Amino acid sequence: MTGNGIVIAGGSQAAVQFAGSLRELGYEDPITIIDDTHHLPYQRPPLSKDFLAGEVDVDGLRFRLVEWYEKNDVTVVLGSAVVGARREGDHGVAMTADGAEFPYDRLAIAVGAAPRRLEIDGSDLAGLHYLRDADDADRLKADLETTDDVVVIGGGFIGLEVAAGSLKRGKTVTVLEAAPRIIGRAVGEETSEWFLQAHRRHGMDIRTNAKITRFVGENGRVSGVELDDGTVVPAGVVVIGIGVIPRTELAEQLGLEVNNGIVVDEHSVASDGSTIAIGDVANLPNPYGRTREAMDRIRLESVNNAVEQAKSAAAAVVGTPNAYESVPWFWSNQGELRLQMAGLNMGFDRTVWRGDPDAEKFSILYYRGDVLLGADCVNNPVDFMAVKRALGAGQNISPEAAASGEPLKKLVVELV
Amino acid sequence: MSAKVTYVSHTGEEETFEGSAGDSVMEISTRNGLPGIVAECGGSMSCSTCHVFLEETNVDLPEISEMEDEMLETTAVDREENSRLSCQLVLPDGAELRVCTPSEQM
Repeated sequence: MTGNGIVIAGGSQAAVQFAGSLRELGYEDPITIIDDTHHLPYQRPPLSKDFLAGEVDVDGLRFRLVEWYEKNDVTVVLGSAVVGARREGDHGVAMTADGAEFPYDRLAIAVGAAPRRLEIDGSDLAGLHYLRDADDADRLKADLETTDDVVVIGGGFIGLEVAAGSLKRGKTVTVLEAAPRIIGRAVGEETSEWFLQAHRRHGMDIRTNAKITRFVGENGRVSGVELDDGTVVPAGVVVIGIGVIPRTELAEQLGLEVNNGIVVDEHSVASDGSTIAIGDVANLPNPYGRTREAMDRIRLESVNNAVEQAKSAAAAVVGTPNAYESVPWFWSNQGELRLQMAGLNMGFDRTVWRGDPDAEKFSILYYRGDVLLGADCVNNPVDFMAVKRALGAGQNISPEAAASGEPLKKLVVELV
Repeated sequence: MSAKVTYVSHTGEEETFEGSAGDSVMEISTRNGLPGIVAECGGSMSCSTCHVFLEETNVDLPEISEMEDEMLETTAVDREENSRLSCQLVLPDGAELRVCTPSEQM
């Protein structure tokens, strides 16, 4: 070791976990986290939920206190981003936008992803919002106070979380989804359809196959969203949540292989054999064995992956590598609907329903043949945890047994 | 506006940290980087990895909700009479509590 340590670009969940895990594993060289915001690293999932409801502020979302960073000798540099790096003999030097330089032995990129932009006529009007960081959420929260008409573009997790929260606070909410079904990237058709009906029943106006032609404005501020059939949906605030694009600019500048994220191996190491990429920005070998045949590489946008991939990467750095294996899991709280997903469902050929969909408490289990791949659970944490643990232990629950309605925990068997 | 929590690990090690009224027992633990409470979901009651055993107290704490009650059935170490999810233990001003953390959360 040369003692220059590790520079982590980005103050994300993956970054903080990586730093903490390195210290736990006995790494003694300097660790520096460099982030372009002005806040100590904080949790992002609540931004579309409790934060907009006014139940928590950015200080309340901090992962760690300033004292923790001091105690663990982790330096956090705020207000500047790593924009480039160069080699100098046996080490590298990271450069920030304001001209500062940070020498390192290893560079880790944990800069996440940025919202996909919708560039159409009127997209420069005031009142249009994207949601990535706490400053975005602050602006959106203030703007939501000014109107009763909220239009959400994109029926994914973030869009539906904002929509359900706004509905709960008495707004008129319209969700415009370009695809034939909502949350299409994350769940199967049956779950999509159930959520569509449930949100509509609660008073949300959701339009699928919606083709947006332009934003209509008055005095520089959005007043409506025009669809291709000529209808204009009135809007005081528009929230756009149509997916994210991994922030690969730095990786590209370094000449790393990039393909829907920074391409890394099972130890989170990029194509130069040194740079580490973790979290939403990384395109990694599918860590979930049961779906590897259906999809060999994947980019995971989740807290679970940020945390587990960072732990695995830290182990590799200190010389105790384990190929990254994990059972992905996700959650999305949409008003009173708490969706928890365990595993991945690619390649499934059958589903088993459990519980009571009419009472908004049920699960859909995904199978390939007799092998359990994953589950979508709505207000049903007991099923979720049973599936998550069974998958984590490499076990199975047969579809016939699952359909019986018995507690899943009692039905777990070895996978044959 | 402060609150104090003592965390006792399953091997008996104790650490005490101060937080603010309105913080949860989970938040004070994670912000200080204690290992006994994992809190994978960050406190949105989605993961059952912030399980604690609450020592007897007069502090006025939120009752166990139906959802917390269900999630407590799914903890890594089996629930006991005094089990709580620490993300739900929001502290009033002046509270002083002791909690024990289980040997496993995942």
